Amino acid sequence: MVRIIGFFVGLFFAVMALWAFGTGLYNQITSPPEKTAASVFHRQPRELRLSSDGWLGDWRGQDNEQLQRGFQVYKEVCSACHSLNHVAFRDLTEIGYSQAEVKAIAAGFMVPGVDPTTGEANLRPGTPTDYFPKPFANDIAARAANHNAIPPDLSLITKARDGGAAYVYSLITGFQPIPPELKKQFPDFDTPPGLYFNPYFANLNLAMPPPLRSNGQVEYKDGTNPTVDQMAKDVAAFLVWTAEPSLGKRHQTGFVVLGFLLFATVLAYLAKKQVWAENKQEFAVEESPRRKAA
Amino acid sequence: MSFPWARHYEPKAPFMRWMDEKLPLPRLIFNAVGAGYPVPRNLNYWWNFGVLAGFCLGLQIVTGVILAMHYAPNATVAFDSTEHIMRDVNWGWLLRYAHSNGASAFFVVLYIHIFRGFFYGSYKPPREMVWLLGVTIFLLAMATAFMGYVLPWGQMSFWGAKVITGLFSAIPFVGEPLQIWLLGGYAPDNAALNRFFSLHFLLPFVIAGFVILHIWALHIPGSSNPTGVEVKDESDTVPFHPYYTAKDGFGLGVFLIVYCLFVFFLPNYLGHADNYIPANPIATPAEIVPEWYFWPYYAILRSFTVALHVPFTNVTIIDAKLLGVTAMFSSILLWFFLPWLDRSPVRSGHYRPVFRKYFWLLVIDLLVLGYCGGKPAEEPFVMIAQIASAYYFLHFLVILPLVSAFERPEPLPFSITEAVLGSDKKAVLGENTSPAT
Repeated sequence: MVRIIGFFVGLFFAVMALWAFGTGLYNQITSPPEKTAASVFHRQPRELRLSSDGWLGDWRGQDNEQLQRGFQVYKEVCSACHSLNHVAFRDLTEIGYSQAEVKAIAAGFMVPGVDPTTGEANLRPGTPTDYFPKPFANDIAARAANHNAIPPDLSLITKARDGGAAYVYSLITGFQPIPPELKKQFPDFDTPPGLYFNPYFANLNLAMPPPLRSNGQVEYKDGTNPTVDQMAKDVAAFLVWTAEPSLGKRHQTGFVVLGFLLFATVLAYLAKKQVWAENKQEFAVEESPRRKAA
Repeated sequence: MSFPWARHYEPKAPFMRWMDEKLPLPRLIFNAVGAGYPVPRNLNYWWNFGVLAGFCLGLQIVTGVILAMHYAPNATVAFDSTEHIMRDVNWGWLLRYAHSNGASAFFVVLYIHIFRGFFYGSYKPPREMVWLLGVTIFLLAMATAFMGYVLPWGQMSFWGAKVITGLFSAIPFVGEPLQIWLLGGYAPDNAALNRFFSLHFLLPFVIAGFVILHIWALHIPGSSNPTGVEVKDESDTVPFHPYYTAKDGFGLGVFLIVYCLFVFFLPNYLGHADNYIPANPIATPAEIVPEWYFWPYYAILRSFTVALHVPFTNVTIIDAKLLGVTAMFSSILLWFFLPWLDRSPVRSGHYRPVFRKYFWLLVIDLLVLGYCGGKPAEEPFVMIAQIASAYYFLHFLVILPLVSAFERPEPLPFSITEAVLGSDKKAVLGENTSPAT
């Protein structure tokens, strides 16, 4: 009974799936989906090499000079619009700043506080235990200042976008005029006023103006030439660190764990081999009585 | 509940004798996974995955309980508390990655364990109950994993919860109120997050209960084996300990190496970038994709794009959504009927030439479904998935019963001993630990 009912249920589902397939194929042939400018001209991120890349990334420590340069770019450029909610000033000791330097950096930011005498809300200089302050009071203020787009929080951005750091790097260096081929193929395509064309952004029009406009926009203390490309790389590297401060430690721990596991597994294999050494041998030579009868 | 030649537990130390009188827990262990459980001597490495599944469950419970000490199940802070675990909790990143990749590892192991069962006919009498309990565990694991994925309260968490509870809204008449009741609101919010957390904490212990029943039911007939020939004599078995404890120990090592490669070097490879964006009810992600272990069923769900009409009219009998939902749930529920769909007296695929070919076709079919389920709902992925879905149902409900009726199996070995040694002379293993010279 189970098989008879099952037989018809199976046929029913199979027929419905194949019918749907036929309908889909028919629609595909009679009215193929139209291409959009975004589907043709959206580009994958450009290649970016950082010390945090790959399985060995940062396992012997990070490139703190680059991370500090990236932090400087964030502080002087990005922080005007983008928050860094999950990062506290104290975390900056992990990229090579001393306690005193962190104190000074924190004091340079005004964070929301409470007036100790009146109890009223006010702004006070930051301390190392504070988190980076938000540039906008709320989402409405953020939208109002940015052509109705909310600048995303950057703490996790390299984990929250496909392509990670390479995406960030490509996006901030990818602003360009609309290519003529695009105009030729899609005459209706346009970048509305207040938006900026960028082929690395999913729908090609981005509300963020080009943040890095000219070489030397940031003055590096370590003497690195602050080209737009260099600044973009540095800030991308910094945002890899903000997204996962434990990355180097993770790789480091991973090698120790794998080393131990390899050793333990070899031992386990040898133990298994020894226990099983006798299994393929015969112990008694007496014929099985049942076998004789058969 | 065991073979007559099973070794008896004989406590030697005075404390163990005292313990055995008051609470014979060591005896239970001895008979369940110790020297007192005789197991076929020919189990291959595919038989390691039962123990590995148990290990994964333990791993998930231990990491999960510790994560719950730091996680806050409240929609306003859930995302931040997850990041707090990653950044501020000592070794929190390791706990969280071990748990999220532990879920994936659990499903890899479960899938291999289930397909081992498919190939070797482990679901056949006398082990139907073992199979039924196993499918139940799989369903519970899916529910638990789904609710766990909601907890970080990222974009995929939120929209996944919305889509999956939305499946219930396809049920006629009661669907909409049912979805609202499940979520505790019109959309996933604090009420949903709290109950998902509560259930996500509870269900693993329910699974553990079912695992005990699963092992109990297994121990009544004893383990199956790659030949599918039942144990006939003592020479067909070895005691579980030390033979299979040693083999499982090695298997566990290999498993842990692969698992740790993911935890330490590719912890986000199996996840989705969008889940690092906090949940936002007014911004739908470009693609809503579940975790990889749901992809085959997601592909089946999306395959049914056409409603069932009364022929030549516009009267809909079952709309496409309900059809897809029914197909998706049926695709796993039909596993419950497997012992009665496949009536071939031969268990093992080794001796079933026709069945074996269709088995591999099913493996490919499920991989294709999985691949399509992880892709956007665009052509050609939907069309490929539609063909694969049709095969999936035909395989279990049409092909398998027919094959089991018409196939001529190859000759079976007389016994497990013969399969291992080439001939079955009376051989006693385990008792005589040193080989006869």
